[in-house]
Amino acid sequence: MADQSRRTFVGRALAGAGALMLGGCYDLSQKKWVTGILGEVENLTRRAQHLFAGQHTLAPEYAKSDIAPVFRANGTRDPGTQEYAAHVATGFVDWRIAVTGLVEKPLSLSMSELKALPSRTQITRHDCVEGWSCIGEWKGTPLALVLAAAKPKPNARYAVFYCADPMTVEGDPDHYYYESLDLAEAVHPQTILAYEMNGEALPVAHGAPVRLRAERQLGYKQPKYVQRIDLVEDFSRIAGGKGGYWEDLGYTWYGGI
Amino acid sequence: MTDQAQRMPAMPQSPAKSAVRTALGVPQGPHTLVYRHSMWVRAAHWVNALCLVILLMSGLGIFNAHPALYIGNGSDFERPILSMTAQQNNDGSLTGTTWIALKPFDTTGWLGASREDGQWMARGFPHWATLPGPQWLAMARQWHFAFAWLLVANAALFFAWGVWKGHFRRDLLPDRTNIRHLPHEIVQHVKLRFPHGEAARRYNGLQKLAYSIVIFVLGPLIVLTGLTMSPTMDAAFPQLLWLFGGRQTARTIHFLCAFSFLGFFIIHIAMVVLSGAWNNLRSMITGWYAIEKEDSRG
Repeated sequence: MADQSRRTFVGRALAGAGALMLGGCYDLSQKKWVTGILGEVENLTRRAQHLFAGQHTLAPEYAKSDIAPVFRANGTRDPGTQEYAAHVATGFVDWRIAVTGLVEKPLSLSMSELKALPSRTQITRHDCVEGWSCIGEWKGTPLALVLAAAKPKPNARYAVFYCADPMTVEGDPDHYYYESLDLAEAVHPQTILAYEMNGEALPVAHGAPVRLRAERQLGYKQPKYVQRIDLVEDFSRIAGGKGGYWEDLGYTWYGGI
Repeated sequence: MTDQAQRMPAMPQSPAKSAVRTALGVPQGPHTLVYRHSMWVRAAHWVNALCLVILLMSGLGIFNAHPALYIGNGSDFERPILSMTAQQNNDGSLTGTTWIALKPFDTTGWLGASREDGQWMARGFPHWATLPGPQWLAMARQWHFAFAWLLVANAALFFAWGVWKGHFRRDLLPDRTNIRHLPHEIVQHVKLRFPHGEAARRYNGLQKLAYSIVIFVLGPLIVLTGLTMSPTMDAAFPQLLWLFGGRQTARTIHFLCAFSFLGFFIIHIAMVVLSGAWNNLRSMITGWYAIEKEDSRG
């Protein structure tokens, strides 16, 4: 009898420990002090990576022969709004990229004005947070040139990118994809406003007419369909306050790993 | 030590109980207690054990976001070397398929498609193997990176201590006898005959080999391949990509290392249990290991 109940107890204890382990981590993931620690880990990772990578090291660039025959399009493949469809129909002649916020000289550039600026072409690897990678060739205007033209104020710390693709779930108020980078990453030589992919105009599935490429970051940090770049000191009062659409859903703001 | 010797006659045991105690490795006869594991080894061991479990499970959670492996820098979606897929059946259930080198294997219920609270889900590894259980890439990544830091910090301390105190040289470096006895030891282990008495004081050749491979090969390899997946680290150290043959190859090696760790973990636990669970466990908690007097064994 004693053995029986002991066996039952041990069995239950083991099952309990297992459930605690599995369910516990799920519950723990919702606790404030745990997300607080995980947030500190993100800061540690960001600082350590900045220490090693510095501001100027370049992401590896590849040969033309490395370009993926099929470059996977992820996230929004077509914004699907009437406004966007009208832009597609007119070949994006009326598309504007505004630079606003903490700048001395707010800008509103047309696509032809953007293309008139010096360009950079790079064959780089796109790393999705999901784990896959694709290599493609991108041509665009270095963001550093655009920001320099707008003259950021000294207190500007982040560039927030506002996009034309709605991410609204049915019943929610309207919201669109947005992202942010710190200014160091925004003026990195490989951070470009890309309007060509593999030698052709940027396809709709990849963010036509213009998307961001930030080659030392994961894919979700490189928004498509960019319409406005807002320089801010702090993004905690924008949308969910975490600095980006995916960040507001729990992904880390630092996207270098 | 004398009290153990005195306790023996006072505890007459049924043959069944005695067999259980033998199986657990509770010393039956006269024995001496030796201090086998230092505090540093014990602390590092348990931190590693925790890290291993969390990293493996959160890693499987991350893998599930794109359950496919490739070779090279980019992903050739048409030709993954391994992938897990799900297909809907007419009755609403799912068939899970694991593809290895483009050959399909039915792994329904385990890989590709499994049930979570009775619901069929398309997912690489089942919910009981991942952390968090429900598919949640953002959180799996955060757990993974947090415990990766802990593992690396623990390893750094352990390496510094091991070199400084001569632990690696004294306890892990195989000597000539170890190498000569290796084939014999492999046979003995397969027969589940483990060293007793004085021989159990120190790691045998097979143990030295297994621990050395884990500490000096698998450990560094899994950390470096993990870092190679980070685009910022690739900017800082492009040599990593050259070393591992591309980001996707690094991801594949990372995955294989993780399962090598799991294999080590399973064999390790089996050895611990078979060669005297209680004695082994105690020595890794308190440091003290009971060595039976040679004459107590037939």
